[in-house]
Amino acid sequence: MQNIFEMKFLAISQNQAFARVCAAAFAAQLNPTLAELNEVKTAVSEAVTNAMIHGYGAGCDDEKWIYLRCQILDNEIWVEIEDKGMGINDIAAAREPLYTTKPDEERSGMGFTVMEEFMDEVVVHSALGEGTVVKMSKKITQ
Amino acid sequence: MKVTFVERNGNLVAKIRGEIDHHTAQNIKNSITNEFAKSNAKNIVFDFAHVSFMDSSGIGMVIGRYKELQKSGGRVFAINIGAEIGRIFEISGLKRIVPCFAGLDEIENNLGVGI
Repeated sequence: MQNIFEMKFLAISQNQAFARVCAAAFAAQLNPTLAELNEVKTAVSEAVTNAMIHGYGAGCDDEKWIYLRCQILDNEIWVEIEDKGMGINDIAAAREPLYTTKPDEERSGMGFTVMEEFMDEVVVHSALGEGTVVKMSKKITQ
Repeated sequence: MKVTFVERNGNLVAKIRGEIDHHTAQNIKNSITNEFAKSNAKNIVFDFAHVSFMDSSGIGMVIGRYKELQKSGGRVFAINIGAEIGRIFEISGLKRIVPCFAGLDEIENNLGVGI
């Protein structure tokens, strides 16, 4: 089976739940277990949070979009989350557990760790001043 | 998202209903901080029985309360964590600093005997 969907939404926190539910609803075509579905949902939530907090920072306005693209390839779900924000200075450091640039805001620094734990593969492309793309995949047991 | 509170034997139980993410974590934090300031409680107990989703924003929020209570000698506990939130607790190492119990009774029964 192959299927694709794509959407963009404003980088405001009200869209947090909306985005992860959309990705999960699309992934549901693969008949995942509830646990697998929750893992996809959580990983998407982490990537979207990063795009909002770190990609675009505080004070999001109408021009700040987050792009969500999902693809089903056989029994695998691919999810791509892209922002056109500030980009990540040091990707390796950002992926370290407990690494956060915002300790004062009660950020745990566990976002990438959760993505890596819940998905099979997590690839990050980022360019300073241009934005960040997080691409994740997960095989669904059938 | 909604938080309701019960205070019993020095424990302030925060019953969270709904989802914990970047969008809701700040409000949950404010609501717990305000209630704790008004109460006579020493410890905070997070009740996850009615939490349908939690990502790492929840970890930050719980660790925040843990750090705050460390200053006053209080403790933070968690009750009713299901399998999914349990995994977030495991991955983040939260389980090592925030003991998890089946319910408030179990905390009260164990307080003073080494937890």
